Amino acid sequence: MSITQVAFILISAITLGSALAMVTSRTVFVAALWMVAAFVGVAALYILLEAGFLAAIQLLIYAGGIAVLILFAIMLTPRVMQPMEGLSRFNDQWMFVAAVSAFLFAGLWALAIRTDWPVNLQRVTGDNIFLLGRGFMTQYLLPFEVTSILLLVALVGAIVIARD
Amino acid sequence: MQFIYDIGPRIVAITAQFLGQHFPAWAVQLILMIVSVATIAVFVLITFMFLTYLERKIIARMQDRIGPNRVGPLGLLQPVADAIKMMTKEDITPTVAHRAAYNIAPVLVVAPPLMAFAVIPFGKGMIAADLNIGILYAVAISSLGTLGLLMAGWSSRNKFSLIGAMRAVAQMVSYEVPMILSLMGVLMITGSLAMGQIVSKQAVPFIILQPVAFIIYFISSIAELNRTPFDIPEAESEIVAGYHTEYSGMKFAMFMMSEYVSVIVMAAVGTTVFLGGWRGPVLPSYIWFLLKIYVIIFVLMWFRGTLPRLRVDQLQGFAWKFCVPVALLNIFMSGIVIFLVPPNTTHPLVQVAAYAVGNIILAIVVLLLYRRPTARAAAAVSGA
Amino acid sequence: MPDIPLSWYLIVASALFCIGLFGALSRRNAIGILMGIEVMLNAVNINLVAFWRYITPQALTGQVFVIVSITVAAAEAAVGLALILAIFRSRDTVNIEDVHLMKW
Repeated sequence: MSITQVAFILISAITLGSALAMVTSRTVFVAALWMVAAFVGVAALYILLEAGFLAAIQLLIYAGGIAVLILFAIMLTPRVMQPMEGLSRFNDQWMFVAAVSAFLFAGLWALAIRTDWPVNLQRVTGDNIFLLGRGFMTQYLLPFEVTSILLLVALVGAIVIARD
Repeated sequence: MQFIYDIGPRIVAITAQFLGQHFPAWAVQLILMIVSVATIAVFVLITFMFLTYLERKIIARMQDRIGPNRVGPLGLLQPVADAIKMMTKEDITPTVAHRAAYNIAPVLVVAPPLMAFAVIPFGKGMIAADLNIGILYAVAISSLGTLGLLMAGWSSRNKFSLIGAMRAVAQMVSYEVPMILSLMGVLMITGSLAMGQIVSKQAVPFIILQPVAFIIYFISSIAELNRTPFDIPEAESEIVAGYHTEYSGMKFAMFMMSEYVSVIVMAAVGTTVFLGGWRGPVLPSYIWFLLKIYVIIFVLMWFRGTLPRLRVDQLQGFAWKFCVPVALLNIFMSGIVIFLVPPNTTHPLVQVAAYAVGNIILAIVVLLLYRRPTARAAAAVSGA
Repeated sequence: MPDIPLSWYLIVASALFCIGLFGALSRRNAIGILMGIEVMLNAVNINLVAFWRYITPQALTGQVFVIVSITVAAAEAAVGLALILAIFRSRDTVNIEDVHLMKW
């Protein structure tokens, strides 16, 4: 087994373990902290996939932005910080959901193993970031603009909803 | 003589040659990596200790006091005495605290700024990892520091800690936006995120081409550092000590350390991006780098000695109503100038002239936009 | 990197997706549900990056898709949290089962 394989297994174990801890932990705040660990693990997977720019974006937006936003919201709702008294952290359908998730996972696993992916391991040529930036200004200009408008709309919407 | 100028790469080459006779290539690489990491860590820690002394001394002089002068010559050993005091102090954990989070938080606060040093070019050829995403890495890593603050504030189960953490996070998230936007103007000129590239493209330091961006970067990084005049997350007169109210001993020292290490990171990034990095005549490159860093740090301490603290609403208003629009205008100005005067093909002096015109127009626009309401009303009256 | 098969990434991504799905469908807490959804989006992004690297490394589509998806996730988190805060303010709860005004 090579070093990269060991690294991959370690990173995946940390990511999946954190995600599991996130869905099962009793306190929402602790769950959010585990979520951050999972996000950082995903960033490490991006680095293994030679997508350093995306890894930095992942850290900046998910771990530094979205996670902080969620933690902040948890702090703004004081009663949420403690576990709900007398109530399980899961709703009544959790066993059914667990079965469905496990079934889905088994299906996806089989699919990933059995499909003959047309793998093309060419090395990426040229400066990735440069190409990406030019792509956003030429071929992918429309998605770029649409996303910007979506962000603007979400920004205005979030402010309108959050203030009464 | 030449040896002094590129001492870093020379030492690396000599050590690599020496080790190469005894170990395989991968072991040499590993040893060199560990050595460079250790060197940077030691440098940062020594600078941190010296900064605590320097800050007390400078602030004292500004307030017409003498400052620490008892331990060692000129009080120079004061940081050592402080360190011994911190280590021997009792380590208290509140009984209601969430133990795991409470103990991990100081580590999570210190680690990100230390990691950011990986991409800082300390001198010619003295950069640990010249990533092609260099500056983005530095910004992304430092944004993780907020998580440690939130953990510290929440796990202490103390209302002052919680308020302090919420203030800190609100402030750091707001000021991250103008900080990144202010770096954008420079990145548009260099066309690269790699720190090495940014330094090598600075025939003229970018502070001359982008003075507005530098001011915005400087202000917003003071806010990121939670230093006066933006120290409301740890305002002593309002909320005791903010998110580290409950911490004592070494854990408290780690919060202090993260603050000073972040100061060094901020000064180093500012030096690299705006002040020409290690470039300079006569003196060796790393000396120039240190000099420029200390100029920025001195100005930071000067600010602390001079300015009073802002209110929370003033702080948020300043970020969103002043810094962000001005940074956006600066990007707009840079875009036009880059379009008219392409950075790679024109003579530096032409560029300086073009940016001077651009910045003067920018300054006039900003001054017109942000006239005081009374002045605006007076203008309206006289106009009518 | 070539010695890791593509299917490993896909398996990890699908495991992450299923964990997120379980969290999103089984938590009582509205913020817990939101966190589950964010993790699901992350799992999808791993797949996109893996497919980009292993199948179409010369095209940018995979990376562009990931950036767009991260932006959408950020927008979704902001609006979702604003909704949760509004519900908390008017009904004083974040237990999603107590919010059933539109149910009948």
